[in-house]
Amino acid sequence: MTEPSFTVSREDWSLHRKGYQDQTRHQEKVRDAIKQNLPDLVTDESIILSDGKQIVKVPIRSLDEYRFRYNYNKSKHVGQGDGDSQVGDVLGVDPTPQSGAGKGEGAGDQPGDDYYEAEVQMEELQSMLFEELELPNLQQKEKQNVTTKEIVFNDIRKKGIMSNIDKKRTILENLRRNAREGQPGIHGISPDDLRFKTWEEIVTPQSNALVMALMDTSGSMGSFEKYIARSFFFWMTRFLRTKYENVEIVFIAHHTEAREVTEEEFFTKGESGGTICSSAYQLAVELIDKRYSPSRYNIYPFHFSDGDNLTSDNERCVKLIGELMKRSNMFGYGEVNQYNRSSTLMSAYRNIHDPKFVHYIIREKGEVYKALKTFFPKQAEGRIAR
Amino acid sequence: MNADDIKQLEYAIAEISEIASGFGLDYYPMRYEICPADIIYTFGAYGMPTRFSHWSFGKTFHKMKMQYDFGLSKIYELVINSDPCYAFLLEGNSLIQNKLIVAHVLAHCDFFKNNVRFSKTNRNMVESMSATAERIRQYEIEFGQMEVERFIDAVLAIQEHIDPLITKPYRGSKAHDRRREEAEERAEREPRERRFGYEDLWDLDKEEDSKRKESSAESGSGRRKFPPEPEKDLMLFIEEHAPYLTDWQRDIMTMLRDEMLYFWPQLETKIMNEGWASYWHQRILRELDLTEEETIEYAKLNSSVVVPSRHSLNPYYLGLKIFEDIEKRWDSPSREERERYGRRGGEGRQKIFEVREFDSDLSFIRNYLTKQLCEELDLYVFEKKGQEWKITDKGWENIRDQLVYSRVNGGFPYIVVENGNFADNGELYLKHMYEGIELDLKYVERTMPYIYQLWGRPVHLESVVETKPVLFSYDGKKHHRKFL
Repeated sequence: MTEPSFTVSREDWSLHRKGYQDQTRHQEKVRDAIKQNLPDLVTDESIILSDGKQIVKVPIRSLDEYRFRYNYNKSKHVGQGDGDSQVGDVLGVDPTPQSGAGKGEGAGDQPGDDYYEAEVQMEELQSMLFEELELPNLQQKEKQNVTTKEIVFNDIRKKGIMSNIDKKRTILENLRRNAREGQPGIHGISPDDLRFKTWEEIVTPQSNALVMALMDTSGSMGSFEKYIARSFFFWMTRFLRTKYENVEIVFIAHHTEAREVTEEEFFTKGESGGTICSSAYQLAVELIDKRYSPSRYNIYPFHFSDGDNLTSDNERCVKLIGELMKRSNMFGYGEVNQYNRSSTLMSAYRNIHDPKFVHYIIREKGEVYKALKTFFPKQAEGRIAR
Repeated sequence: MNADDIKQLEYAIAEISEIASGFGLDYYPMRYEICPADIIYTFGAYGMPTRFSHWSFGKTFHKMKMQYDFGLSKIYELVINSDPCYAFLLEGNSLIQNKLIVAHVLAHCDFFKNNVRFSKTNRNMVESMSATAERIRQYEIEFGQMEVERFIDAVLAIQEHIDPLITKPYRGSKAHDRRREEAEERAEREPRERRFGYEDLWDLDKEEDSKRKESSAESGSGRRKFPPEPEKDLMLFIEEHAPYLTDWQRDIMTMLRDEMLYFWPQLETKIMNEGWASYWHQRILRELDLTEEETIEYAKLNSSVVVPSRHSLNPYYLGLKIFEDIEKRWDSPSREERERYGRRGGEGRQKIFEVREFDSDLSFIRNYLTKQLCEELDLYVFEKKGQEWKITDKGWENIRDQLVYSRVNGGFPYIVVENGNFADNGELYLKHMYEGIELDLKYVERTMPYIYQLWGRPVHLESVVETKPVLFSYDGKKHHRKFL
């Protein structure tokens, strides 16, 4: 038998990046898919209720590799036991609840089957969303004594302390000089080659913003209306936090009279009775005058309601909104109106023509995203251009 | 790995190769290449050292690499069916691990070289695929990355629907041949007539006219079947007959079909191939002088390879057990076997070499999975009952048949083109040859638009849902579903 021929080799694979390149393309597609799904994601419960979780799972349906395949759940499979398996043994339980089992659901599709789930950093999701938003009516506030100092390494110099040497640039300089002198290679590093990283101190004045969340908690506001308001405030607060050092939120609940409440009460407690919106505006104005001077705070009052108001109160509301707008950067009115009724409040507000006053009517979940975009439009397409 | 380690490995490979040849294994010249993990995983995801780019490979690569990084799974080697045969070994394998792997790889190579299913595979596929990759890259440059990607997305959705038995392209439509002849004639004529380079524009009218005449002729004789027989090779059928595909698109389809033809025998012989390799790495390693530590390390790795799993079948283990059982039954047949089948005994080795040459998973299981083996391995049939996955059957014949069903057509639904001119309107009518297992309907709905994209006309698929025949249709905008 002749010796079989074989070779053993070990090449340099460091430049082989194919897997990573296609992985990047895949991630690009994931990002695109998320962007397209933003309207749905903005009101996704798992995100709104994810308090503080850094990574959220986003279902992406467009990135499965679709083909004709068998329905796994409807076919038989062969498995292997430890030697004592019996007919009737339960191997596992499907955790997804079967909707309408026994009712003969359609032609047997399973909702919520396996789709591709991408893990996304909350931060990334935010930055994607906020890319599309901008703060209107920014005003220079009274210079604060309070400032923050930040140290940023952002410069390269020829002089510096040894501990801050930039090795890569130093070697590059050396290579460049040697090549110029006709002796390429790394050798004879001279003081002239040395490069140092240098920092700058950046002083930024501290900025404050105040969100006033006003919501109608009268009997007519159901769980849907509250959920919409909650999603909206969730993103708005996060958005303002990216723009201001400090963002404070005040929650004001109202029916016929208004009071300041905690966040939990705000979103969970339902009350009954009629609605007098002016009570909330009155309280907001008082709070601003008492605690939050407009000279120091950028103020953003937002009012969510279903649009039902005591008709005789409307005139007062319009007047108080004028007062509020004098003190605020903008005033937002969001009406959650599932059934597209014509509301008493909206009919009064249609006559307010002030660039600071922005309103939006939300009819379904997906529109929270549009509301955000309306309230915080990009300047280029914004209507508040001066 | 330093030069010394490589020397040692070379020495071990020489020894192992000699033992393997002594056992009668017949393999191609070997090229062993030691690679870092991310390279092995890249090859694993693509199935080849160089293949065209697509995000789905990136997705697979990312998933596999992550499992490796978290220590959940590990690929120790990768063998390519080629001549010479390339084997990629994971950098960082210990010497004894590599010994097992080399023995395993040699048996794979023997299988590639000798199993009849592989007899028509292109042994220069490494080069072919890298040429394909380059060609597709050129198309990306010429026609835009998005455009090419969008097309490949659609092709990949039907890539399994080839007919591995027919390697020659199908010629069915006379009209198609006629068109082709005309095109060739024109091509011959053209060089003589060309003066300004734009004369062909004047021919467009004539061409359109003759096309129109042809299509009316076709619809006139609409009773003639097209294709004459149901066509399994959906890839080829679309590539040849889809009216709106451009040349580069047809070219990509041809190339991807060739790649699938190359991979197909591997899909058909997974259990056998892995069983064969496991059988031989065990036999070969027994012949080596191992130290105590090496023996323990070998035993650990070996058992991790052939460990039975609960919800799916480990092909390594099942294949190994069947081969061992065949050997046993032909070595020392029972009296009944001697009398009824005339087995003389002592023919075990000979028999398993014969099986590795002529069988595929389908016949391997159907012919050699015995009652005794089913019991010994404690196999069972399970299915979903309500919310629960339950064992529903332990009858050995049902187990065997279920395994066979799951391997039919490589485990993919069997779909044929019934009519390429449905409703005399150029629509594509596909039929799922239903054999008791329903399709995933959500996936059907998502796949139809891809076929529409390729075919350019409405697409229909006949299948069975809850024992009733159903027709799924997609017309480019809307899905329809009706019971027939």
